[in-house]
Amino acid sequence: MSESEAALAALREEFDERIVDSLEFRGQLTAFVQPESIVEACKFLKDRGFKLLIALTAADYWPDEPRFEIVYKFYSIQHDELIGLSVRLNGEEPEVPSIDAVYPNANWHEREVFDMFGIDFSGSSDLRRILMPYDWEGHPLRRDYPLGYEEVQFTFNYDEIDKRKKYAKD
Amino acid sequence: MSEMLEAEMEVTVDELKGLVSQRAIDGETMLLNMGPQHPSTHGVLRLLLELDGETIINCVPDIGFLHTGIEKNMEAKTYEKALVMTDRMDYLNPLGNNLCYCLAIEKLVELDVPPRAQIVRVLLTELTRISSHLVWLGTHALDLAAMSVFLYTWREREILLDIFEMCSGQRMMTSYFRPGGLWRDLPEGFEEAVQQFIDLFPDRLEEYENLLTENPLYIERTKGIGVISIDEALRLGVTGPNLRAAGLPFDLRKTQPYSGYEQFDFEVPTATGGDTYDRYIVRVEEMRQSLRIVQQALVRLPDGPVRSNNRKFVPPPRSELGHSMEAVIHHFKLWTEGFSAPKGSVYFPVESPRGVLGCYLVGDGGPMPMRVHFRTPSFANLQALPTMSKGHLVADLVAIISSLDPILGDVDR
Repeated sequence: MSESEAALAALREEFDERIVDSLEFRGQLTAFVQPESIVEACKFLKDRGFKLLIALTAADYWPDEPRFEIVYKFYSIQHDELIGLSVRLNGEEPEVPSIDAVYPNANWHEREVFDMFGIDFSGSSDLRRILMPYDWEGHPLRRDYPLGYEEVQFTFNYDEIDKRKKYAKD
Repeated sequence: MSEMLEAEMEVTVDELKGLVSQRAIDGETMLLNMGPQHPSTHGVLRLLLELDGETIINCVPDIGFLHTGIEKNMEAKTYEKALVMTDRMDYLNPLGNNLCYCLAIEKLVELDVPPRAQIVRVLLTELTRISSHLVWLGTHALDLAAMSVFLYTWREREILLDIFEMCSGQRMMTSYFRPGGLWRDLPEGFEEAVQQFIDLFPDRLEEYENLLTENPLYIERTKGIGVISIDEALRLGVTGPNLRAAGLPFDLRKTQPYSGYEQFDFEVPTATGGDTYDRYIVRVEEMRQSLRIVQQALVRLPDGPVRSNNRKFVPPPRSELGHSMEAVIHHFKLWTEGFSAPKGSVYFPVESPRGVLGCYLVGDGGPMPMRVHFRTPSFANLQALPTMSKGHLVADLVAIISSLDPILGDVDR
């Protein structure tokens, strides 16, 4: 049994019904955790040797519910194995505890997920927008956010567009 | 008038309350903006420095100036068309980005890649690695005012760019790797060109080493600067040559080999100090090891097709369209709608010249990716910058940033 399979089995045993589901797809294991237990689950994996948080991102399944899936990928250098945790969140007021106390490098990734998806990481040491300007409204990578092309500002509609424009005003 | 100015300044300082220490707000230490336009920040990186004299107390990076919404744009394109956007993230490693994305697609849809394509992929990815490290060496030396190295490395890079242009028509944004293999077969003269490069490069590399490795000025400016230990690096998610310079021989080409890397014989260089000088040593040695891989790949290059012949994913050659109805149907489907990927998600990490580059790809049964996320090494490595630069001088900060090798296209996407 590979280390990630062993870790998944141990995780399921330790966490019982807080691990909602688990799946293996194309040889990669993922365990679905309840949002409240994510910090504990991460500590568990870190103690088992998955010391590197290699990815933290999110996906938006709008209009399906649960809408968001926060994806965590961990790497164990001793065993050369990848394992994943996922948290499913609903669309209204998505919130999940921050894991940056366990994995400090989660901070920037969480900031990016907050910026792009609007997911609140409670207890984060520093949750600000990272890629978009600090006063941007909206969360660009949500599926209901438009891909967004800028209105072309010709001379005939210059003033109208200037009223609506949020940036680069002369 | 001055009240307005004061009000403006107060608002700005308020926003900074969480970021900088109380000493800065009191005015004891100086806040310096190393703005997005700066010749030494390797791109549009903004750093808010809190300085006590010239010593850095804290450094707050502000990124997002090169954010072009690549991930969101890729969701609106078919899988194959979205490939062209991957070149533009880490623009010094375009073939490496292509490789990461293609491997993720191939894992998701379970597509085979013929052996010739795999070897060519390895060959070109390693040439890209050499080209990226050459740029790194040149700009790193340039930041430390050793301008000759910059001019020499660019000269070598021209040869590599000519090779890429020969294959794909483009010097940089090649989009040469496609799901299933390569876009087209290698042209005539490719092997001679690569062999020429292999013959001349080791001497050139020695030239660069003669200029820098034992240069007392260089050593003075880089030894002991920006030290990071293995534990600290793992805590902060630093990977790639930065982690290897601290001592951990972690290289995904060895630990999770992909695209046939397990057949090649190469070493993973490490150093022990974790400072800027060690990162230089590691990257120069990596160039040598990449050259070894290129040499082996050139020798091993098998004959055969360069793209999978699974017509559900790979368009048929044009010669077939004249006499095969199935070919026409496949061609039509692939060029109008594109192939569909099943529901599910994969995460595929590869080793880019900067560290671990991972592609998280979510398919939803349709022809366009539902979500593509790239875990880019520069984004993760830059997080370590404040820790690495505490207590150093501003001039050292320039050396530290360049030794981390951030590429802002990679950071912001």
